[in-house]
Amino acid sequence: MLLLGRSGAGKSTLLAALAGLLDPSDAGEQEGAVLLDGRAAREARARAGLVLQDPESALVMGRAGDDVAFGLENRGVAPAEIWPRVDEALAAVGFPYGRDAATSALSGGEQQRLALAGIVALRPGLLLLDEVTANLDPAGVALVREVLADVLGSTGATAVIVEHRVEQVVGLATRAVVLEPGGGVLADGSPAEVFGSQGAGLAAAGVWVPGRHPAVRREATAPAGPDLVRGQAVRFRYPAASRDALAPTDLDLRAGTAVALTGPNGAGKSTLALAMAGLLRPTGGEVRAQPALDPPQPPRPLWRWRGRDLVSRIGTVFQDPEHQIVTATVRDELTIGPRRAGATDAAAGARADELLERLGLARLAGANPHTLSGGEKRRLSVATAVATSPRVVVADEPTFGQDSRTWAELVELLADLRDAGCGLLLVTHDETLVEALADRTVTMTSLPR
Amino acid sequence: MSVLVPLAPNPDAALARFNPVAKIAAAGIVMVGLLLTLDPVTPALLLGLELLLVPATGVSVAVLARRTWPLLVGAAGVAVANLIVVDGGETLWSLGPLEVTSDGVDAAVAVSLRVLAIALPGILVLATTNPMDLADALVQRWHLPARFAYGALAALRLLPLLANDWAQVSRARRARGLDPGRSPVGHLRAFAAQVLAVLVAAVRRGVRLATAMEARGFGATGVPRTMAREQPLLARDWWLLAGTTAAVLAATAVSVAVGAWRPPFA
Repeated sequence: MLLLGRSGAGKSTLLAALAGLLDPSDAGEQEGAVLLDGRAAREARARAGLVLQDPESALVMGRAGDDVAFGLENRGVAPAEIWPRVDEALAAVGFPYGRDAATSALSGGEQQRLALAGIVALRPGLLLLDEVTANLDPAGVALVREVLADVLGSTGATAVIVEHRVEQVVGLATRAVVLEPGGGVLADGSPAEVFGSQGAGLAAAGVWVPGRHPAVRREATAPAGPDLVRGQAVRFRYPAASRDALAPTDLDLRAGTAVALTGPNGAGKSTLALAMAGLLRPTGGEVRAQPALDPPQPPRPLWRWRGRDLVSRIGTVFQDPEHQIVTATVRDELTIGPRRAGATDAAAGARADELLERLGLARLAGANPHTLSGGEKRRLSVATAVATSPRVVVADEPTFGQDSRTWAELVELLADLRDAGCGLLLVTHDETLVEALADRTVTMTSLPR
Repeated sequence: MSVLVPLAPNPDAALARFNPVAKIAAAGIVMVGLLLTLDPVTPALLLGLELLLVPATGVSVAVLARRTWPLLVGAAGVAVANLIVVDGGETLWSLGPLEVTSDGVDAAVAVSLRVLAIALPGILVLATTNPMDLADALVQRWHLPARFAYGALAALRLLPLLANDWAQVSRARRARGLDPGRSPVGHLRAFAAQVLAVLVAAVRRGVRLATAMEARGFGATGVPRTMAREQPLLARDWWLLAGTTAAVLAATAVSVAVGAWRPPFA
């Protein structure tokens, strides 16, 4: 069953309730009951298994087999039965390594498969999947989708799936339910019926309805300008690591162009982006600003620039928006950059209000940034990066967690920046974004392990 | 921040084969033996024996030194303090009010040997013990509550992620023009802000991890938890304890024989 609804409709909360994880003593208000096999969900927890978005903070143990065994131990399964069930679960998800594989060395897709194995081993009658493919590259998404199809087919379990990009999983579903924000069910039926009868309304409300994408190709309005930043043989290796996190790579970023940086998890995309933004000292090679970026004098490599010189020229959107929250209100987040770059309070405030309005954050201006939803935080982080009107914007997954309306608004904003002569470097798995905006796509390949 | 990244123990190393609680008990025996005396001979002998065990950790000396430098700095600090503070015997060297005496040198040598000889066994244990084996052993042999042991184990897994959070937060601040500049006050404020940001990230990760653990039945009451892995105490573990006791007694005997042994409250 596919659980749909606009952002804020309560999809994740309903999943947590089904998993029996909502604690009535934490609730401000609670009404109604969730029953599994006729028992309250909190008492029937063993019947449900919940898998979350971020596998990195779902794995408990250092070794794959021990992690799968963890749930079985908690449920009091007899020791002699544990390892056969671990092996069975690892086989069910097609885990490619043995029980001894280190969980920290796995790719995102592999970690998510392992997290799934940890749940499958418990043989739940109800599988609850909360955006389990959101952090994965396209290969990882395909992998998890295959495993889900297999597991549902072989165990006969029921699954309730919440997924942002519905098309990733729509093929698995036999039923779709649309939640109404404020309570109630808006539609319930086969996916074809629901998308047929509700598709237009859902799409207008921002739900990614298959076949109704807001994709509009935005071409650059002017030819590419001069080089802004040039990376030559940029390489990075963590101290004490045995292999490069980023193999030597050349990359130029020109004014008025959008370059998409794609490739599997672990290929070094984010590392290259940080180096191009002057935030990471490469282990080898060099990143230099070109004259068109008006670099501070005397010239030096980008990683040695002062923060004040960076903020007016290069805006960076980090992979995790929480890392870049530096103030206590949404509006302050937007004014601090321009003020550090030397803008007057009035000018910084005007720019902040314009961005808040544009990205649908105006009603949150006084809120603490940490309290925003994931999608809102992502938009805020893009807004902070562009607030100083930099010539270069380096953005790591700028469209992550967006509904189709806010997605379209972000694409517009980025396209306008490009039209104004900005060079965009976009690290992304979002193929729709690449289609809509990229003038050039650089695909990085996985490094040999 | 690399100190936060747990050392991956080499499972084939000789010391890795013992039960973790046996290793902890052995380290405790050494500590007791050294707390009973203030002389330099006992710790010197035991430190010598401990150093002989370093190759049995399967960790290179360079790595060990890189991970334990705070301890070495601490031992050096204690030595310097004793050099300066303890007076008596001949004056060996003086500079203004600072005076280094022969008693000071004796005290410095004894104290730093003691610090190292007590701490090194702990390091040998950490460097050769898989944290999960430790949690299993503590629960099975010493009956530590599983909730505590595995909760701490899960938290340990988050430490490398926190090291990454730290690096990202400091980059994000620089990207916004908030690098600390040259003033020490600026550095202090940037540090405080960064600690807060990383704490927020840590709490969020912790909550997510707790939800994932709870979803897999962790902390549920009613069903007694079972154990997939056994951490038995084997004959070799008892031999480790006997050998350690013998070594401590032997070192003490030598010290007494040469007239160096000196209990703290005599």
